[in-house]
Amino acid sequence: MSVLAQESTAVGSPTLNIAIFLAFVAVTMTLVLRAGRTNKSAADMYTGGAAFSGRQNGVAISGDYLSAASFLGIAGAIALTGYDGFLYSIGFLVAWLIALLLVAELLRNTGRFTMADVLAFRMRERPVRMAAATSTLVVSFFYLLAQMAGAGGLVALLLNIQDRGGQSLIIALVGVLMIVYVLVGGMKGTTYVQIIKAVLLISGAALMSFWVLTRFGFNFSEMLGQGAAAGASLDPGAAYGANGTSKLNFISLALALVLGTAGLPHILMRFYTVPTAKEARRSVVWAIWLIGLFYLFTLTLGYGAAALVGPERIAAAPGAANSAAPLLAYELGGTLLLGIISAVAFATILAVVAGLTITASASFAHDIYAQVLKRGNPAPGAEVRVARIAALVVGAVAILGGIAANGQNIAFLVALAFAVAASANLPTILYSLFWKRFNTRGCLWSIYGGLAITLVLIIFSPAVSGLPTSMFKGADFSWFPLANPGLVSIPASFLLGYLGTVTSKEYNAAKYAEMEVRSLTGAGSSREVTHH
Amino acid sequence: MSTAEHDRGRETYTRVEEGYVAMQESPDFQELRRRYRGWVLPVAAASLVWYFAYVLLTTYAPGFMSQKLVGNVNVGLVAGLLQFVTTFLVTALYIRHADTVLDPVSARLREQFEGDHR
Repeated sequence: MSVLAQESTAVGSPTLNIAIFLAFVAVTMTLVLRAGRTNKSAADMYTGGAAFSGRQNGVAISGDYLSAASFLGIAGAIALTGYDGFLYSIGFLVAWLIALLLVAELLRNTGRFTMADVLAFRMRERPVRMAAATSTLVVSFFYLLAQMAGAGGLVALLLNIQDRGGQSLIIALVGVLMIVYVLVGGMKGTTYVQIIKAVLLISGAALMSFWVLTRFGFNFSEMLGQGAAAGASLDPGAAYGANGTSKLNFISLALALVLGTAGLPHILMRFYTVPTAKEARRSVVWAIWLIGLFYLFTLTLGYGAAALVGPERIAAAPGAANSAAPLLAYELGGTLLLGIISAVAFATILAVVAGLTITASASFAHDIYAQVLKRGNPAPGAEVRVARIAALVVGAVAILGGIAANGQNIAFLVALAFAVAASANLPTILYSLFWKRFNTRGCLWSIYGGLAITLVLIIFSPAVSGLPTSMFKGADFSWFPLANPGLVSIPASFLLGYLGTVTSKEYNAAKYAEMEVRSLTGAGSSREVTHH
Repeated sequence: MSTAEHDRGRETYTRVEEGYVAMQESPDFQELRRRYRGWVLPVAAASLVWYFAYVLLTTYAPGFMSQKLVGNVNVGLVAGLLQFVTTFLVTALYIRHADTVLDPVSARLREQFEGDHR
C-alpha cells in the first residue's frame, strides 16, 4: 500500500504546477484590477452594473456552476463506482430546466441584487429578508466547504504535501486569493475570472476526453469495457444498490440534485448581471449547452480514469476519488498535462469560491445590513463597505471550514449544499412566483423549517458520524439512515410552506399584481437599472 | 379575473399600484400568463417525470438497465444520454416558444405600462 501511495504522490513536477497556476493568477488578477477601477456603487459590486450580455453571462454561469465537484468529484465518482456516479452529471444538468422554465426570467424581472429581493417582494419585508439571507449564507457555507476541501486534496496530490498543516496552509492561501478577487474586482472582476475559467475547464475536459478516446482507437464501447474490467461498473447499483436504504439514498440524492440548482443563491444572483429577462433566458441557454457538453465529457473522464489509471490507484492516492482527473491527465500527457489540468482545477475552485463569497457578502450587506438593520436607509457608501467586510469574514469562515472538511468527497459535499438549497430556497421561490395566496408565514415556515430539518438530518446522518467514511470517524450519533436528506426535507419544506400560508390570512393584492405583472412583462423593472 | 375585488388587504392604492392591478386584470395579460404557464408548467413536470423514471428504473430495475444494446453500451447508459438529449430539446423548444409566442405580448404590455406610468 505504501509503495502505491509513494508512486502516486510522486506525480508531476510541483514547480511546473505552481508556475502554471501562478500564470493563471497573474492574468486574471490583471483583469480584475482593471475591472475594479469602475467598482464604486453597490450595483457595480453585486451585479457588475447589470451590463453583461446573455452570452457572457451564460459562460460565466457555467464557470460558476461547474465547480471542483463537477470536475474532480464526478470524474472520481464514475472512476470508482461507475454508472452510479453518472447520476451526478444527469441531475446537475436536468436541474437547469427548472431554472430555465420557472425561475430565471421571472427572477430577473422582479429582483435586483439578491434572492431575497424576490422572496420579500410581496411579504412583510424584514423577517423574510432575514430568513432568505440566513439560508443564502448556509447554502454558500456548505458549497464553500466543498470547494475548499477540494483545494486541500488537490494540493496534497500536486505539491506532494502530505501533512495536514501544509495542506491547511494552502487552503488558507486559496481563501486569501479569492478574497482579493472579490474585494478588488467585485462582480465584474469575478465574472471575468469565471468566464476565463469556464473556457479553460471545458477545453481542458474536451482535450482529455479526446486524448482518452485516442487510446482506445475512438472505440467508446471498448473504453467502457476496459473501465468496467478495471472495476468501474457499467451496471447500476455499485454505489447505491446494496439494500433498501442505500436505494432510497440514491433517490434522495437524485431529488436534491435536480431541485437544488434553481435554489442556489450564487446561481440566482448571476441572473441579475444582465440587463433584461430576455438576456437572462439567453444566458441560461448558453449555460445549458456548455454545462451539458462538459457533463458528457465526465463519462469519458471517469471510465477513462478507471481503465487507464485504475480504481485502486485512485482510491489510494492522496485526495482519493478527487484525484482521478489529475491522475488521468498525468497518465495521458505526463507532467505538462498534469500541470495544466491541475491549474485548471485550481482556477475552477478559485472562481467558484469567489462567486460564492460575493453572493454571501451581498446577501449580508444588502439584505441583513441595509434592509433589515438600517431599514432600507444605510448611510451613503456604508452598504458597500459592509459587503467588503462581510467578504473578509466569509473568506475566513470558508478557510476554517475547508480545513475541517479536507479529505471529504467534494461531489458529495456539494450534494449537501444542493439539499439545503432545494429544501430551504426552492419551495419559497416557486410558491412566491406561482402561488397567489402565498404569504409571509408560509415563507418563514418553509425557509426556517426546511433549513432546520435539512441541517438536523445531515448532522444525524451517516455522512457525519458512525461510518468509516463519515466526517467524524470516531463517534456515532447518527439515527437518520440517509446520507442525503432531500427525500424527507424537500417535501417537508413544501408542506410547511403550504401549512404556514393557509393558517395566515395575510394577502397583499396590490403587491401581488405588481409582482406578477413585473415578473412576466418586466414592466417597471427597467426603471431600477440605473446604468443604461 | 375579478379576484382582486375581495380581500385586497388595503383600501387605497397609489396610481402605479392601480396600474399594476388593472394590467393584471386585463385580458391581454391573462392571455400572456396562460401562454407562459400553460407551456412551462406541463413541460417542467414532464421533464421531472422522465428524470425520475430514469432514477427509479436505475434503482429498482437494474437488470433491465444493465441489458447490453451495442457493444458495452447498455440500456441505462442510453437512457442517461437521452436525458441530455431531452434537456437540449426542451431548451431549444422553449426558446422558440418564448421568442415567438411570449416576447411579442410581453414587450407590448411593457411598453403600454411604461407609457402610462412615467
